[in-house]
Amino acid sequence: MKERIRMSKETADIKKIEETANRIRIKVVKMIGNAGSGHAGGALSAADILAVLYCHVMKFDPDNPEWEDRDRFILSKGHGAFALYSALSEAGIIPEKTLFTAYSVTSPCQAHPEKGRCPGVEMSTGALGQGLSAGIGMAIGAKIRKKDFRVYVVIGDGESNEGQIWEAMMSAPKFKLDNLVAILDYNKLALSDPIDEVMSLEPIADKARAFGWNVFDADGHNVKQLVEAFEKANNTKNSKPSLIIAHTTKGKGISYVEGKQECHAIVMTLEQAEATLKELGCPQKEIEKYLSFVKEKK
Amino acid sequence: MVEKIAPRAVLAEALIELAEKNPDIVVLDADFNPASMITPFRDRFPERFVQCGIAEQNMMSIAAGLSTVGFIPFASTIATFCSRRACDQLAVSVCISKLNVKVLALYPGFLVGTNGASHQSMEDISIMRAMPNMTVVHPADAYEMKQVVKYAASYQGPMYIRVARDAYEKFIPDDYEFELGKSCVLREGADVTIFVYGELIEDVLKAIDILSEKGVNPRVVNMSSIKPIDEDAIVKAAEETGRIVTVDNHNIIGGMGSAVCEVVAEKCPVKVKRLGVKDIPGRSGKNPDMKKYFGLTAQDIAQEVMSCLEN
Repeated sequence: MKERIRMSKETADIKKIEETANRIRIKVVKMIGNAGSGHAGGALSAADILAVLYCHVMKFDPDNPEWEDRDRFILSKGHGAFALYSALSEAGIIPEKTLFTAYSVTSPCQAHPEKGRCPGVEMSTGALGQGLSAGIGMAIGAKIRKKDFRVYVVIGDGESNEGQIWEAMMSAPKFKLDNLVAILDYNKLALSDPIDEVMSLEPIADKARAFGWNVFDADGHNVKQLVEAFEKANNTKNSKPSLIIAHTTKGKGISYVEGKQECHAIVMTLEQAEATLKELGCPQKEIEKYLSFVKEKK
Repeated sequence: MVEKIAPRAVLAEALIELAEKNPDIVVLDADFNPASMITPFRDRFPERFVQCGIAEQNMMSIAAGLSTVGFIPFASTIATFCSRRACDQLAVSVCISKLNVKVLALYPGFLVGTNGASHQSMEDISIMRAMPNMTVVHPADAYEMKQVVKYAASYQGPMYIRVARDAYEKFIPDDYEFELGKSCVLREGADVTIFVYGELIEDVLKAIDILSEKGVNPRVVNMSSIKPIDEDAIVKAAEETGRIVTVDNHNIIGGMGSAVCEVVAEKCPVKVKRLGVKDIPGRSGKNPDMKKYFGLTAQDIAQEVMSCLEN
């Protein structure tokens, strides 16, 4: 991602976005291996969504993350933070070395995103249910100022048990926020059990439509489908906000936990990190460099 | 005779005056604007009035989002729902990053009219004091309220401003100017210092009349800035008057009295008597009856001051 300003009408380079999604996964695994543990599941299920947003959909300037006309992204499901930081690194907004400060007290990469602590982070999240409302505030602000920046918010399915999400869902159509797109990272696994056993969202598409949203579906790991869903969301001009339901697999990319209940937060040894990086096609030299960096730190 | 005005009655005018000069001022409401009397702001600036409905958590995080795109949001509803209902949103969306959100918390403490326990915020000061980056203010009267609203627009950071319901006379001196972290002596005296804020100043001043007949001459200080608190005034009170009484429209646990004790214990140990709600649930009743019920009439206050001096 080298261009300064990414305009949302560019033709998508599907292969490039897929490669970026893979790079995001590689960096998430590196972060977890370096830190020793992390919220693997929800970070990895969102990797393709983030790649599409930062490679193609969103307009921003990596050299000026505060550019006032930038599109805003909020990771409302803040525990997926390692994916956000990895995406920000891929986007050129933060240097890769910052990723390896995670879990130190002074790190810009706190366990859950904090606005003002890491460039590119638009809102402090982690306490589930708040980020979508904050995105609504930004979208309302754009309307008042007659600015054309757009706001994108990724929410989780477990997160959507929170009452505040439904306050937000009720209010966005009222404010006619056609400049707001929410993306449900629908990986179907809550922390303790499958979402349908904990607290089902179904029929989520019907509910969102009834609340006044446009609703689009996509395979959350199919870049082409995600690109198409975003293009529909961005170009449907009926004064309604849009929800993209992205059907995903929790932990996608770490084969030994992918789709398994225990992948929400994992401990990862360096051996496991090495094996997973190999599976993700990370070049051998890069793996060796990473391993010696981590061993030296310890 | 200076007019008795309710602090809530000056909000609209103060906000409109700000908004006329500053396009960044926005006001958020949770379906309470007739009672908070900010409807004229809605009528004057409909595009800058965000009606969130009875969804206070959504409102506070929306305010946080607005502040990140350059607005100065004033989010307003009943104090209980600002502090208890939207506690997490203020802590996470707003305070972690010191976002520029101002909370107008209506009907603080037990003086809420007749609505009773569910609407009486007896713990909001303690909650808000313990949030890093939050400031807590309870203006003495409508005159100070106007100053605080104006101050809030230029202060960079979160503010929790308690807004009283009823009309009171002017307590602050004519040359007074509000500043965070500063208190104001309303009556000079040397026998004991009474720290008080807001509505109960009226009862403290009546208590002074009772006390002066007994030959006791207290200093009365308006402690409208609760966080940050005027530590110098507290030390001075301890050193110059030797005893302190605090009067809270709030639980005695965690209110302004507790904040005073924190300073006294560390810097100038003297006896402190905390008056306020003695950790009991609220009650439904008219405001004068509330003062009797919670033991905060002028007579009660005078008696407590005497007993503090005698022991």
